[in-house]
Amino acid sequence: MTQGISTVLPSSPVKRGWPEEGITRVPAWIYSDPDLYRRELNEFFGGDSWNFVGLECEVPEVGSFKRAWIADRQVIVVRDADGINVVENRCSHRGGAIVWQNKGKTKMLTCPYHQWGFDLKGNCRGVSLKRGVHGEGGMPEDFDMEKHGLCKLRVACVGGSIWATFSGTVPPFEEYCGPVAMQRLTRLMPGRSLRMLGQSRQLIPCNWKLYFENTRDPYHGTLLHTFFITFGLYRADSRHVTAPQQGGMHSVNFAAPGERKGDGSITRELKRFRDIKLNDMEAVQFVDEYGDGEMTAMQLFPGAFVQQHANILAIRTIIPKGVGETEVDWTYFGYADDDEKMQRIRLKQANLLGPSGFVSMDDSELLKQMQNQVAGYHESIGVVEMGGRDVKPQVTMATEVGIRAFYDFYRHRLGL
Amino acid sequence: MNDSNTAPCISDELERDLRHLYEDYTDTVDSQDLETWPSYFTEDCLYQVISRENHEAGLPHATIHCVGLAMVRDRALATRECTVYEPRYLRHFLQRLRVTDIVNEEAHVRGGFLLIESVSDEAPRILLTGHYLDVVVRTPEGLKFRQRLCVYDNFRIHNSLVFPV
Repeated sequence: MTQGISTVLPSSPVKRGWPEEGITRVPAWIYSDPDLYRRELNEFFGGDSWNFVGLECEVPEVGSFKRAWIADRQVIVVRDADGINVVENRCSHRGGAIVWQNKGKTKMLTCPYHQWGFDLKGNCRGVSLKRGVHGEGGMPEDFDMEKHGLCKLRVACVGGSIWATFSGTVPPFEEYCGPVAMQRLTRLMPGRSLRMLGQSRQLIPCNWKLYFENTRDPYHGTLLHTFFITFGLYRADSRHVTAPQQGGMHSVNFAAPGERKGDGSITRELKRFRDIKLNDMEAVQFVDEYGDGEMTAMQLFPGAFVQQHANILAIRTIIPKGVGETEVDWTYFGYADDDEKMQRIRLKQANLLGPSGFVSMDDSELLKQMQNQVAGYHESIGVVEMGGRDVKPQVTMATEVGIRAFYDFYRHRLGL
Repeated sequence: MNDSNTAPCISDELERDLRHLYEDYTDTVDSQDLETWPSYFTEDCLYQVISRENHEAGLPHATIHCVGLAMVRDRALATRECTVYEPRYLRHFLQRLRVTDIVNEEAHVRGGFLLIESVSDEAPRILLTGHYLDVVVRTPEGLKFRQRLCVYDNFRIHNSLVFPV
């Protein structure tokens, strides 16, 4: 160091902008900046977006409810005689949580603090001691319970999945998704009754965007994930469509693992590829349920990732828990009319995903390492030029177009 | 659940053999000895690491789900050969092991576990806490698990559960 310390220390914080190369670069500071994180929560998750909150089969009867999280805001998903309602899990009185259980059944939503009662649509039906005690106290005469219901979210139900938004201005769900994403969603959820298989939850110590990018990045799929390569489930020479949607907001990827270009030489080039045999092949054999030979992975901004990997059906919910922590909740499902064999296959194949998944484990381990480095080297810049520099859909997995398209959308939305 | 008044009568031999089984198993998983691990299970076993949330709701999805010894062997092989993870040490602590029933010469056993993980450059943390729901049978090679359900209380798992519980 040739200069004195006083001259190399910056007099003001480094300006946190976007590199001039544009969407082919991602600056590391965006993964650890607390102010930006707060904006993302308010403007994305709490703003103009549709968020996955559960399956209709999770709340099967009138009065069945579940608690869900849209980033750090808790909501109650509850069924009444007219259908599904989603309300904030926040009493209109003092703001306390009404529901403390993750699932249950009730006739009324009652806040434990002062016993204010709400019906299953969230309308206020009772204020304790409203008239006071022995003529003393109580609410003012003109207190209007109708104006003090729970905050209600807009709800969209598609093929048994439930989506909700805090926004009064976001377009209807179908328009928000766009035709391609809707087609991919209704391919899996055409209205056939669904069966809940279970939930899996993990906390990945990384910024939510690192997880978000990872699920849009087919490039790493055949390199990091040895399990995929070994068992031919996802290979560099499979036909793979990588298609950003709605200006980069969503992403639709699908692959036909049976269709290969060439003679397999690409896979042979991958250094770690070798032949290992499993004792129980049902865990990796793909039953072509939809007759198109395809596997699909679709991300609906900001927090949902809808996936059909072989015969595993799952919706992942990204729930940011702080600038450097992200909960990922996996909702595994099948169809109500699945036979015993199909259910067995789904449960076996689920060993590939989640916190102990032969594939997903690589990602959770890797993303933790990523967060440490982007937070430490916050002035550094990532490069995303695989597959070119634009945002057009591509028929290859050797591309980072999904990440570029997302940051194109992201920068516009946040004015970065 | 049986309390001490209705607990089944256990021979000294069974009690001793069970203690050895649990201590040996714990030593094997703490040593990350994936090659020995399948030898604790019968051919027709069920091995699951399942959240209490799913288990109590009767939902079948498990974080680790092995039906039969073939899948247990595959879990060991795939963990060893096909996954990428940060180096870590694991330590299982067992508590209040008890035989809750004996049906057709199979011992139903319940016991608490605490699993502490020490990853790379970090302080140790509780990775899982929960209980085993086991069915143990006598075979020519000694006692083995026909069923081992590792039911964890955690709402969520911190990052990854790499090794068997």
